[in-house]
Amino acid sequence: MLIVDLLLALAALVTAGQCLLLPGLFRAVANLMAFGLVMALIWVRLEAPDVALAEAAIGAGITGALLLTAAGQLPASQRTLQSMASGATRWKIFIFVMVVLITGSLWMTVLALPKPGLVAEVAVVLPDSGAEHAVTAILLNLRGIDTLLEVAVMLCAVAAIWSLQKAIPPPALGDAYPGLPTLARWLHPLFLLTFSYFLWQGTHAPGGAFPAAAVLGAGGVLLLLTGSIVWMHQGAYNLLLRWLLAAGLLFFLATALSGLLMTGTLYGLPPRFASTFIIAIEVATALSIALMLMTFYLFGRPGRRL
Amino acid sequence: MRFVFTDMALTSDALYTLLGALLVAMALVSVFTARHLIRRLLALNILSSAVFLLLVVTARTSSGIDPVPHALVLTGIVVSVSTTAVVLALYLRRYRRNPPC
Repeated sequence: MLIVDLLLALAALVTAGQCLLLPGLFRAVANLMAFGLVMALIWVRLEAPDVALAEAAIGAGITGALLLTAAGQLPASQRTLQSMASGATRWKIFIFVMVVLITGSLWMTVLALPKPGLVAEVAVVLPDSGAEHAVTAILLNLRGIDTLLEVAVMLCAVAAIWSLQKAIPPPALGDAYPGLPTLARWLHPLFLLTFSYFLWQGTHAPGGAFPAAAVLGAGGVLLLLTGSIVWMHQGAYNLLLRWLLAAGLLFFLATALSGLLMTGTLYGLPPRFASTFIIAIEVATALSIALMLMTFYLFGRPGRRL
Repeated sequence: MRFVFTDMALTSDALYTLLGALLVAMALVSVFTARHLIRRLLALNILSSAVFLLLVVTARTSSGIDPVPHALVLTGIVVSVSTTAVVLALYLRRYRRNPPC
């Protein structure tokens, strides 16, 4: 199986190198998406299926589409990406030496690191956490505070984007590609099905809130970019949109505080109700994250009302 | 030094560690030397992937797969896409053809 590893490492290196070195904005973005897919395969090889699912949907899909949408809005003068190879020979030698130096020192350091791990500790508390799958238990119960702050970071990102400018309307594709909006609408049930499957699977197998949110977000982005979601741009729905965006974080906070009331520690879920709480948080955060991923594509605040 | 090289029968862990280190180096140099801002953003994305790779390799301990770094990486992927979105919105605010506001 070392051959597979070698090929995957080579593919990741080539796509990353092309993304960083070659001229052309579109080529660089396409290479980044290919790199994301290769990374997803590498996660499978490293026995991290949760990470693979999230990387395939977010790293390759959502990030790539975000970059391509932004690139389409740029004037021609900004679309030319210079080749990195231009420059004096002395400068190139300096860069080469830097790369070798950083690689060598990092490689030796990471290989020599002790790997204590928390396998035994997690296995002890897993029965009381309310989820059978360790990654879900860590994300939503044992280290729930991390996920809470992460949802807060996403909400801050949405707020930062909204404060910059008005939303950029999606390009009118209907005339050039009449089949595209219909295709996006027909594919959407498939996205919904995958979303529900990942959510249901999350408590006992790889899956859970993040991959589910990424899949639902990707389907929503398709609809948004083909102009099928009109309500998000209308001022009348602006308040509703804001509450929906904040709902995941608010619900998460409410759970953390109810844990404080019931057991005396913040986010200390009582083992009896833990599984119910985990499913509720999973659904709420997944829906909220999917909606936030979609609003990233507006690149600004929607609606006429401020 | 000897410890490193006795351990080095090129296992897949060592290979992926090398890949992660190489990607970190390339991306780090690009972040500091690239002229175009979008290129820096791409380099930042590759840098985060490389760091995640090093984290996941560290999660493979002798007593099994440690789930804590996996959860960390999942959180990190979502945070890095948020960063990308904010940077792109800032960039469009500056360079878009007809600024919307």
